[in-house]
Amino acid sequence: MEPTPEPPVASSETGGSGVGSSIANSLLSLRNVTKSFGAVQALRHVDLDVPPGKVTALIGDNGAGKSVLIQTIAGIFPPSTGEMYWRGERVHVHNPRNAADLGIATVYQDLALCNNLDIVQNMYLGREEKRHGVLDEIKMELETKRLLADLSVTTVQSVRQLVGSLSGGQRQSIAVARAVMRESQLVIMDEPTAALGVSQTAQVLALVRKLSERGIAVLLISHNLNDVFSVADYIAVMHLGVLVSSGPIANYDTTSAVELITTGASAKVPSSLVRAGHEG
Amino acid sequence: MPDTKGSASVTDVNEQLEPVTAPIGGSTSTPKATAGVAGQIRTQFKRLRSGDTGLVPITVGLLVLIVYFQVRNSVFLSASNLTNLSIQATIYILLGMAEIWLLLLGEIDLSVGYVAALGGVVGTILTDYQFHWAWYLALPLAVLLTTLIGVLNAVLVIRLRLPSFIVTLAGFLIWQGAVIYLVDHQGTGGAVPVQEKVLYDLVGGNLTPVATWLFVLLCVAGVAYLMIRGTQRRRANGLDTVPFFLTLTKIVLLVAVGILLIVVFNANRSTFVVLRGMPFAVPIDLALLAAGTFVLAKTRTGRYIYAIGGNSEAVRRAGVSVNRYRFIAFVATGFTAGIAGLLYSSRLGGISDSIDPTLTLYSIAAAVIGGTSLFGGRGKMVHAVIGGLIIAVIYNGMALLSMSPPTVYIVTGIVLLAAVTIDSVARRGGPQLR
Ligand SMILES: Nc1ncnc2c1ncn2[C@@H]1O[C@H](COP(=O)(O)OP(=O)(O)O)[C@@H](O)[C@H]1O
Ligand SMILES: [Mg+2]
Repeated sequence: MEPTPEPPVASSETGGSGVGSSIANSLLSLRNVTKSFGAVQALRHVDLDVPPGKVTALIGDNGAGKSVLIQTIAGIFPPSTGEMYWRGERVHVHNPRNAADLGIATVYQDLALCNNLDIVQNMYLGREEKRHGVLDEIKMELETKRLLADLSVTTVQSVRQLVGSLSGGQRQSIAVARAVMRESQLVIMDEPTAALGVSQTAQVLALVRKLSERGIAVLLISHNLNDVFSVADYIAVMHLGVLVSSGPIANYDTTSAVELITTGASAKVPSSLVRAGHEG
Repeated sequence: MPDTKGSASVTDVNEQLEPVTAPIGGSTSTPKATAGVAGQIRTQFKRLRSGDTGLVPITVGLLVLIVYFQVRNSVFLSASNLTNLSIQATIYILLGMAEIWLLLLGEIDLSVGYVAALGGVVGTILTDYQFHWAWYLALPLAVLLTTLIGVLNAVLVIRLRLPSFIVTLAGFLIWQGAVIYLVDHQGTGGAVPVQEKVLYDLVGGNLTPVATWLFVLLCVAGVAYLMIRGTQRRRANGLDTVPFFLTLTKIVLLVAVGILLIVVFNANRSTFVVLRGMPFAVPIDLALLAAGTFVLAKTRTGRYIYAIGGNSEAVRRAGVSVNRYRFIAFVATGFTAGIAGLLYSSRLGGISDSIDPTLTLYSIAAAVIGGTSLFGGRGKMVHAVIGGLIIAVIYNGMALLSMSPPTVYIVTGIVLLAAVTIDSVARRGGPQLR
């Protein structure tokens, strides 16, 4: 399985309507991104365009490289080969702070919340407001309440509740709200509904739609095609480290998505949507 | 998410039953006090179950001990004994505070007792007749030394990624050796005596009765002011506040404690000369308590220390330099240990080559008995005060009842066990804090 050596930058920009937007009108674009862990090639020449203000679903089988891809975007790993563009400009993300400064927030599978802190403290972790040199708890609490109300996160009793006492869906909502609070333009969510029941899943998906209504782009990793087809505007499919297909959701249905996930190819999807360089 | 399983299932059920409880946005305009005594008790019970036991149970425990000893021996609550008690408790309180900085991170310092002793020895030797350094050079130098030991521990734990348990276990031996070496090489027969008035006065000296009055008044007024102003600011911004009667109760209690302190410390506690006033040790304890509490509750440093103890990976991903705040905590431990060592030497009138090796264990015990978790992320400076007082009360009370050291060890051990059991049960009932 030799990946094609030539960089597909040019080809993807001229690669026809199906590939989605080009670097210039994408919020985030990846070109030729590769990442290996020793012998394991987790990402191979990935090109991805994330349009602004839309929900893009990133789907793929276990081990396809979805988590590695978003961690690369978020600056968790040292820079891998390939290029990253933010609003059409070439950027370099070396650590989580760089990504946050650009306006990229990531909600990980483990949510990265401190169970021993309350909701307000978690929401502001790392960017606490100060007044006369000391923490401005009142401002932070008011802002938290306002934002949660805006996002229709209404099930928590008090914003001074410890996060460890919240339900899975509430915790997910808090993690997302935190991303929004940081004025992120792109919120990346890794399997936000994997551990949730029906009603809490609905709660989180509603929140995803709410973000996109506010003009915030969402890159959503999910295993659940029902979820994907109910909230996503765009789809990107990964298979064995290769981004095999991407485009508007209208171009896909459950069958073709399953085919792409399992085999990396689908007869139903126009060939222009399927990336070269994959010999799955 | 295995770490939330226990609590998640409980709250899931609640959520199904009442999906919308008190919409967050709606209540901003109407300041809502959690009404009624019943409500308060419920809240307290909830907090108890969630692992945040508050200070009430442990304070009750302290009072029970005090009543017990007073009933058994009426000398216990005499002014002179209570003053003595406050001095005895100081070492446990200060070492407990030193320990809490690290316990909050989920780290531990087993060497803190001997680090303190080393600081005490250095301060004592440098100010003795032989070296004759000025106290304002020697005492800060001693504290600087213990602070540097904190830096050393930090480097070993953070840079070399060694477990703090092992690093400080080594330190326990190394600094014990250093203390014994220094003491035995002064040619003063296995102990270095305090020969500097300022060092002696740290514990042996007292505020004048008038200064005692003023100090207590200032403390009580200051704390009451901060409490009232905090509540008022919250109310002015339309946020939930604790009910007024609760604040009032707290202030009344505070005033009562203040009056008690004045009565105790300003009573004459000597038969031959007049001996009155608050021992300097008490304002030193309170100053460190205030400083530590301020940092932990009101600054980013404190916030991150708690957060690291809860989930250090989350802190790292929030773009905070985790190592920087771990470093700060180690340094704070070393610094506090140095102060503790000076007071320790001051109280004993010097340091001998046979220091109580259980000192470190008592420092951890003081913190944990007071309510600080060994697992990181939960605790307060005031826990060391209450825990230290409990240990001192046991010591002092049992000595008054002429109980033997073995009994004292056993009782202290049982109290510790009880405190940790409460901690553990609370943790299982509430959120799992890793
Ligand atoms: N930190 C790591 N070190 C080594 N290999 C890794 C690491 N993270 C992921 N991988 C490997 O990369 C591949 C993609 O993993 P991942 O992105 O987690 O898959 P998924 O699409 O299920 O999220 C897997 O083969 C995994 O074993
Ligand atoms: Mg994954």
